[in-house]
Amino acid sequence: MSSKILMKGNEAIAESAIRAGCQAYFGYPITPQTEVLEYMARRMPQLGRVFLQAESELAAINMLYGAACAGVRAMTSTSSPGFSLMQEGISYIACSMVPAVVVNVMRGGPGLGNIQPSQADYSQMTKGGGHGDYKVLTLAPSTIQELVDHVGLAFDLADEYRQVVFVIADGMLGQMMEPVELPEMRELRPPPAWALTGAKGRPKNIITSLYLNAPELERVNQELQAVYRRIEANEVRYDTYLLEDAEIAVVAYGTAARIARTAIRRAREAGIRVGLFRPITVYPFPYEALAEVAGRVQEMLVVEMSAGQMLEDVRMATCCRVPIRFFGKMGGVVPLPEDILVEIEALAQGKPALVAQEGA
Amino acid sequence: MVEAEKQERIVFSRPKALTDTTTHYCPGCIHGIVHRLIAEAIDELGIQDRTIGIAPVGCSVLAYHYFDVDFAEAAHGRAPAMATGLKRVQPDKIVFTYQGDGDLAAIGTNEIIHAVNRGENITTFFINNAIYGMTGGQMAPTTLPGQVTTSTPFGRDVRAAGYPLRVCELMATLAGAAYVVRRTAINPREIRRLKKAIITAFKVQMAGLGYSLVEVVSNCPTNWGMTPIESLEWIEKNMLPYYPLGDFKVAEGVENL
Amino acid sequence: MHEEVIISGFGGQGALFAGQLLTYAGLAEGRHVSWIPSYGPEMRGGTAHCTVIISDEPIGSPIIYRPTSCIVLNPPSFEKYEPLVKPGGFLIVNSSLVRQKSARTDITVVEVPANDLAYEIGNVRVANLVLLGALLGINPFVKLESVIQALEEHVPEQRRHIIEPNKRALLAGHRIAQESRQAVH
Repeated sequence: MSSKILMKGNEAIAESAIRAGCQAYFGYPITPQTEVLEYMARRMPQLGRVFLQAESELAAINMLYGAACAGVRAMTSTSSPGFSLMQEGISYIACSMVPAVVVNVMRGGPGLGNIQPSQADYSQMTKGGGHGDYKVLTLAPSTIQELVDHVGLAFDLADEYRQVVFVIADGMLGQMMEPVELPEMRELRPPPAWALTGAKGRPKNIITSLYLNAPELERVNQELQAVYRRIEANEVRYDTYLLEDAEIAVVAYGTAARIARTAIRRAREAGIRVGLFRPITVYPFPYEALAEVAGRVQEMLVVEMSAGQMLEDVRMATCCRVPIRFFGKMGGVVPLPEDILVEIEALAQGKPALVAQEGA
Repeated sequence: MVEAEKQERIVFSRPKALTDTTTHYCPGCIHGIVHRLIAEAIDELGIQDRTIGIAPVGCSVLAYHYFDVDFAEAAHGRAPAMATGLKRVQPDKIVFTYQGDGDLAAIGTNEIIHAVNRGENITTFFINNAIYGMTGGQMAPTTLPGQVTTSTPFGRDVRAAGYPLRVCELMATLAGAAYVVRRTAINPREIRRLKKAIITAFKVQMAGLGYSLVEVVSNCPTNWGMTPIESLEWIEKNMLPYYPLGDFKVAEGVENL
Repeated sequence: MHEEVIISGFGGQGALFAGQLLTYAGLAEGRHVSWIPSYGPEMRGGTAHCTVIISDEPIGSPIIYRPTSCIVLNPPSFEKYEPLVKPGGFLIVNSSLVRQKSARTDITVVEVPANDLAYEIGNVRVANLVLLGALLGINPFVKLESVIQALEEHVPEQRRHIIEPNKRALLAGHRIAQESRQAVH
């Protein structure tokens, strides 16, 4: 018997946040992440922590901002349209340099779209979705276990860099169940010195994102950019699968990556030398590691559940050193392994020698 | 001489909860008076070391420079949501928002209604001067019918721009509201009444009775194009008939505070 | 071992619950498992299906197009999935509601009057587990005992009374399928 339990992705997000010491959760119902809210509604009051259903995502992100200013670990979760509403608040939080965690369980868009799994918020999440020069460290789990691990990690990274950290999932990860091993319940940490806890025995603290003096705002921006450089230097994460001898590299993250994995396994059975490069942090994007891969494979296949948003980062990383084929599904359509296999085979057919050699 | 010095005593000084800073407010603006009254109330209640203020977007956006308490700066209209987050995780603290009419009654109407309706233990000081001051005098939700602003150059036409919003009357209908009053600061008597209301509002929060909101019918000499004295007279003649002073909600238990 | 199962029916027929039990059973047997439902408006009264994968390998895609085993609880599910079952696979049909017959010769089809059997057990809502029992009777990729154990471990306290009829449903379905297997052989 394993110590693993079966959990739905959304519930795993919630339980992992609780175990990481999340003291306040604010959210608004939106499919396909509502189970996070429902789980928190049950569990947080039991633990004497704060749960509040906000009147909108706009309010939720600002409640999160308030709780984060008080120096507690706090989180919100939402899905794409709600995430759009949060952009203003996220920009303020980024500039104010308070730690917070936001989970986006992406769904099909644009507009009201639908509630099916999608990866079409990639650019919004990784390039700074709101106004101003900011970026947000974004973790892209591919399994429910990784969701659990990443939510915990997100709180740690948020504290370390005093930044908002995103966990990017989608309707499939939110809704599916997989076995997970949950971490131990962590102690709640005391509020940091900068927090707004009342100026008792110390000078007052101010948290603001307003700097009317341009050179002063430039200095704040430089400080932020320095944080991003540190994040880019220290926090790049990625994973590979069967990539050592690969002639074709599939590049995909999150749900698309796990589907690609199945296709890759089947392609290998057919003798095609193909492997997977999976960014785990989509900001910071693993440019250098992917550039190295570009130097030793003959072709790349980028698979996304979008029109090709990460594709731009792959192009930037590889500097046109390898031909890149793109396969994207939009509007909440989830690619099947068969679809990706067809793409891999199409690439491989350009190399009959390789297939023959493997077959021999 | 020595005798005279002995008889000297301080009868007026800067409240401890105000910093020694020159404000950026225009001459004759009531913001300064309200800031001072809030600071005096904080001093008198002995809550300086556990009070957290939230500044809005608007003329009082820099209020955090003037109060000597912990302070956050909110996004436009979102102060009640931010205050909710701050207060919920530390219920022993005193949290107040300081908001203008554009901030509270236009872009932030949703947040204030729901924060009040939840009965959050928060205090809001709502400065209503019927105009957007910081952006240079545009129509506010509280701009009076016929009032000329830079975005109602022919006077506010209610058929096109709707009617001035009466915030206290609206908030008083909400079950979560414990104390909702409207005051002004156009003369010493009204200033004294305003201060009393500010103290009561804080006490309501300290007693955990629910939301407290004090509206201050205020002025904007600069954008109204008047001298400070004229602006106070304009309040009395034009604003108070539409925004009558008074207590709109005084929940059970507030009288005994 | 690698089994890809789709269980499909009307919302309320318990397709998702049957899938979860199967997933728990696979987990208890030390396999890699995944469960994914259809979700959203189609959950509210329309058709509901879930996909369960139980494998010796880490699971990539939790969504599959062609199942190796399939349980159909109602006619629309039969129409949708009967053609998709992989050759060599298994199709368990709730013949109480599905009048159509499968013409396929490359798969094993077991017809089980699940609603009737559930009615005999005293609770028509256990038809889902009659069919799950039948699937494991004909294709024992997890043990029936593991499903029963999952039932006992994962039904919440206030619903303990449903365990017994569900257990009986599993056994009834299992027996019918084993009999039909003997008939086939």
